[in-house]
Amino acid sequence: MTGYLADVSALTRKDFRLELRAKDTLPAMLLFVLSALVVFHFALPQGTGDDAAFGLLWIAIVFTALLGLSRAWAPESEAGALDGLVLAPCDRSAIWLAKTLATLGFLAVAELVALPAFALLYAPLDGAAIAGVLLASFGISAVGSLLSAMAAASRGREVILPLLLLPLSIPLVVGGVGAGISPESGKYLLFLGLYDAIFAILSWASFEYVVTE
Amino acid sequence: MITANDLEKRYGRKRVLRGLSFELARGGLLLTTGPNGSGKTTLLRLVAGLVVPSRGTLAIDATRAELGYLGHEPMLYRNLTALENLDLFGRLYRVPDRRERAGMLLERFGLWEARGERVSAYSRGMMQRLAICRALLHDPALLVLDEPFTALDEEGAALLDRELRTAAGQRTVLLSSHDPERVSALATQRLALA
Repeated sequence: MTGYLADVSALTRKDFRLELRAKDTLPAMLLFVLSALVVFHFALPQGTGDDAAFGLLWIAIVFTALLGLSRAWAPESEAGALDGLVLAPCDRSAIWLAKTLATLGFLAVAELVALPAFALLYAPLDGAAIAGVLLASFGISAVGSLLSAMAAASRGREVILPLLLLPLSIPLVVGGVGAGISPESGKYLLFLGLYDAIFAILSWASFEYVVTE
Repeated sequence: MITANDLEKRYGRKRVLRGLSFELARGGLLLTTGPNGSGKTTLLRLVAGLVVPSRGTLAIDATRAELGYLGHEPMLYRNLTALENLDLFGRLYRVPDRRERAGMLLERFGLWEARGERVSAYSRGMMQRLAICRALLHDPALLVLDEPFTALDEEGAALLDRELRTAAGQRTVLLSSHDPERVSALATQRLALA
């Protein structure tokens, strides 16, 4: 177990280091999420309720995650490094978990900027709404890391990733919006937790088959 | 060490390998030759475990930890330095004293001075030398080399020659090359793919 966690830690730190150097992903995510919230602010008719505003927040979060995930495996694709990782004697699921944690880290940074901007432009956020964002972000990162690995191995990666990810994100959007606006937010948080657990286990178990031909 | 029996690999409808059988004993060097598209790379990727056979059996008496693979691509991170790349793979392979081992290999292949440079700044030949270092990092018992002399200058090729000569008889090597004369003296077996 210690070895597994050490592998995950080494691979996650590698992703953060690569992003610090290349700055390929995070600046684009930050710019997109802020731009989307500002544009939505002016596009939304006056007097529109909080329900619609929360819907827009989730559109911004899902597409920001999609932006990050579309670049997630780029460093591995550039010079065949994924083969190097797959051949290493570590558990292959560690590669997926590390990518999930790195993606979650980038998304969390984008949300650190997006959530205060949302509170300023639209509506205040309570604890349940923030918990919903955190749980849904883990779910998107977990499923998205698996799907983006599948997409990275195919020719039409820009098309395949949204085609696969967006339908699977709908439950997360429903849960996230529900946690933000419903008086019974606990039910939605539980739903998000269950989604995360089920899809994380499925992704963890199936990653090995995605990276071998 | 490697026993292939009636091996076949298809990609969709395209059959790349068909009815291939061979045995390679421990310590032997199998030189694979053949024209482009004859399945050399597919065979090497099958042995490495990167692809699975469509039919037939392939028994390899080595774990993933004992296998060193050099493919067409360098399998490195371009925005990491040479040392950072080797350190990462050394961790994953649980190489004891990985920094010393990485330093020794970088020195042996003439990359010590460039150890702190990002791989993206390397020439193709330097990248190939570093890829060889990565494949040798964990001192593998089975070495699978796909066109290892590609992009190497005369000095780099001589360093690889020396490495193969030193390991002859101790390390099992499966190698494909468009320049078979270069390693024919070391080869214990030849496999010509059509």
